Amino acid sequence: MSTAQANYLQYPKGLKSWLFTLDHKRIGIMYLAAIMAFFLLGGLLAMIIRLELFTPGEDFIGADTYNQMFTLHGAIMIFLFIIPSIPAALGNFVLPQMLGAKDVAFPRLNLASWYVYILGSLFALYSIFSKAVDTGWTFYTPYSTESQTAVISMTLGVFILGFSSIFTGMNFIVTIHKLRAPGMTWYKMPLFVWGLYATAIIQVLATPVLAITLVLLIMERAFGIGIFDPAMGGDPVLYQHFFWFYSHPAVYIMILPGMGIISELISTFSHKKIFGYKAIAFSSLAIALVSFLVWGHHMFTSGQSELAATIFSFLTFMVGIPSGIKVFNWLATMYKGQIRLDTPMLYALSFLFLFTIGGLTGIFLGALAVDVHLHDTYFIVAHFHYVMMGGTVMAFLGGIHFWWPKMFGRMYSEAWAKISVALIFVGFNMTFFTQFILGSKGMPRRYYNYLDQYQPLHAFSSIGSWILGLGFLVMVIYLLMSLKNGKKAPANPWGSLTMEWETQSPPIPENFPGNPVLTHGPYDYDKVLVERG
Amino acid sequence: MTSHDAHPAHLAHHFSDVEQQQDSAKLGMWIFLLTEILLFGGLFVAYAIFRAWNPDMFYNAHQYLSIPMGTLNTFVLITSSLTMALAIRFMQVGDKSKAVINLWLTLMFAAIFLVVKYFEYSHKFHLGQLPGEYYTFQGVEGTNPHIFFSIYFAMTGLHGIHVIAGMIAIGWVLKRTLNNEFSADYYTPMEMTGLYWHLVDLIWIFLFPLLYLIG
Amino acid sequence: MTAHEHKHHIVPLSTYFSVATALFILTIVTVWVASVHLGSWNMVVALLVAATKGSLVALIFMHLRYEKKILAVVFVGALAFLAIFIIFTMFDTMTRGELGSEVRHPINPAARIYQMPAAVAADSMSVDSMANAIDSTVSKEQSGHE
Repeated sequence: MSTAQANYLQYPKGLKSWLFTLDHKRIGIMYLAAIMAFFLLGGLLAMIIRLELFTPGEDFIGADTYNQMFTLHGAIMIFLFIIPSIPAALGNFVLPQMLGAKDVAFPRLNLASWYVYILGSLFALYSIFSKAVDTGWTFYTPYSTESQTAVISMTLGVFILGFSSIFTGMNFIVTIHKLRAPGMTWYKMPLFVWGLYATAIIQVLATPVLAITLVLLIMERAFGIGIFDPAMGGDPVLYQHFFWFYSHPAVYIMILPGMGIISELISTFSHKKIFGYKAIAFSSLAIALVSFLVWGHHMFTSGQSELAATIFSFLTFMVGIPSGIKVFNWLATMYKGQIRLDTPMLYALSFLFLFTIGGLTGIFLGALAVDVHLHDTYFIVAHFHYVMMGGTVMAFLGGIHFWWPKMFGRMYSEAWAKISVALIFVGFNMTFFTQFILGSKGMPRRYYNYLDQYQPLHAFSSIGSWILGLGFLVMVIYLLMSLKNGKKAPANPWGSLTMEWETQSPPIPENFPGNPVLTHGPYDYDKVLVERG
Repeated sequence: MTSHDAHPAHLAHHFSDVEQQQDSAKLGMWIFLLTEILLFGGLFVAYAIFRAWNPDMFYNAHQYLSIPMGTLNTFVLITSSLTMALAIRFMQVGDKSKAVINLWLTLMFAAIFLVVKYFEYSHKFHLGQLPGEYYTFQGVEGTNPHIFFSIYFAMTGLHGIHVIAGMIAIGWVLKRTLNNEFSADYYTPMEMTGLYWHLVDLIWIFLFPLLYLIG
Repeated sequence: MTAHEHKHHIVPLSTYFSVATALFILTIVTVWVASVHLGSWNMVVALLVAATKGSLVALIFMHLRYEKKILAVVFVGALAFLAIFIIFTMFDTMTRGELGSEVRHPINPAARIYQMPAAVAADSMSVDSMANAIDSTVSKEQSGHE
């Protein structure tokens, strides 16, 4: 394909054309920039936490500051980074292209969602610079109604961010239902689209409950309405039900789109038809459904009733079924494939390894008696970092490396990218596998201090975090360098069959010249000859 | 009827035809209504649990709500729903003037609803039946009667905000109708506003018996 | 294009008026029923009436009856997930403090684990310091008894 046509980055020109753009690709890029800035901020907070934990006792931040640090790290990483990361940045960019559409269904709503995101993040930043927040990212009552820190501005920020998430979810559901190109039937959609679809369903169903929860929390602080505050006759455990009715499904808002990316990567880089397409597609929907039935497993030690705990524990094990279906289908896809270990594939393989560890340790935690021992220890911290960072972030990075040529029309340095993957993989495991051991030995989470016997493991974990940080630093450098010096990217550098690779890199503003028609399935590597580059 | 290839002014560039655009708007609106239902849902959960815990207190406290006023407001809101549906119905057949009259009527009923609500609220403020910490009323027997009024004000307050938002939307649609922006072929914003308004009515249909008519 | 022909379903005016009349009558019914003492059935009847009214509004005023099925799926889906929210939360709030298995199988003080000497129990623990700590408390307690 000729590159004669002006692409979406060049045309139209000027800052104003970006700030008022309705182009889903530009909105995706704007999301990507904002999200990465918050990832950097959240990451720096994590480095401070790990540095303080290098030795027991107070090194350079005290208990109160430490409480604020981990709260801000959690709140930023969850609400400002990981929830919008894949859907709002990568999803926005590729979803319409994957469907052969010109844009999402409601472009103005899409732009609004970005501004709402920025507004919400300003509230969050304001609370950081006023009195910070020290409640933990979960804002549990009764402490959150008593704490002297800036709880209201932070919860207001999260409340506003929720709308951005809802807007994205609404937009994606309608786009997927109504804007597929001719020939693009449901079962011809790429699996990333299925992942985004399942994600969007959770976003629209669960996020409103978070909104009302935070409204009630703010009212509890402002008027003492007595719904959550035990001193006023309320029930703090009810707050936890409300909170986790959103926040457990939110965990799947984070992982489902990541799983979608992995399906794309594994099939493309194995150059083989995906194994069990429908099983993977429907397991995404199954995970979305089950995600609403298991929230009580965050509350096994909260004082909820035994009956509830038993039901939630039982249902929690069911999550393993669709997750297992996915993992085995990915492995079966790789079997006898022509595997090429480009950077995105290395991230996909990291995902498989780390997500499996994260998922299996989740089964420990879903078991009632075991959880009583492991609750609120570093085992939990390690578990959710393996799922969130080892899962979602690895998939997100894999996706960025996969679509980078499409987004910016440039190839990054493959050699430096591989060095960076290696650093990230090693650093991640050093940091967090250690924490499984710490947790099972009884190290509680959210303490700035600890007993001497934990020191070697804590030091090892902190050193791992430096390697991890170095890996990200390398990545930032070579990605930014590629924008200036990178080799020009061809339309289809990886030899993939999904539709976004049929248009030029970077695409023209309306994605495709004319109205595209689907001619083959997204994974028909057995039927269609496709060349790299 | 316009042909398939002609692009009417209200057709956005990324849709291939009017039907696709209209279906998208409807689906999007219904998903928005779904989020509204779950937003109110949290309050319904709080209501259900505290009522199940304190059935007697809820019964005693609810007697301080005025059934005549609640009933009046139910009639008012149902009537406004009817006029909203009629406005759309008249627009569908191109009868702009009747559509305009019905939109005005809808706005009027919405305002009446708020006025009645104002009288109910001010009476309760006067008696000290305020939410939570500000509750000073002594007359209700049972534990923590302030929680009933917290839930009452949270539910009706959130509903009231939705009534105001609905009035703004109806006013906006009315203005566009008067500007001749709608016709029998295109009236999607009016239809969407109607859906929103009916949902506000629908939620009140549940709030009324749950708050005013505890048996 | 045939799409334009089934774009709008025009409902006869009489349907709207009869639905509104039904809603008025049902409102009167629900107010009247509330004054009759039926015990816990009062709430059941009130909710049934409200559900009927709500269905009328959704099906006719909101045109769900005439629209594509997907919209009804969205609406019913919202109600279904709200039901999950209420029911699952009530699994907890309605059964707090009921200790099932402990009541059926009370702790048996003669069980082997309670017979183990303190030293044996302490040895089986993996963290030495913890064992030492327990040892010292045990010996303090013993000396206290003497």
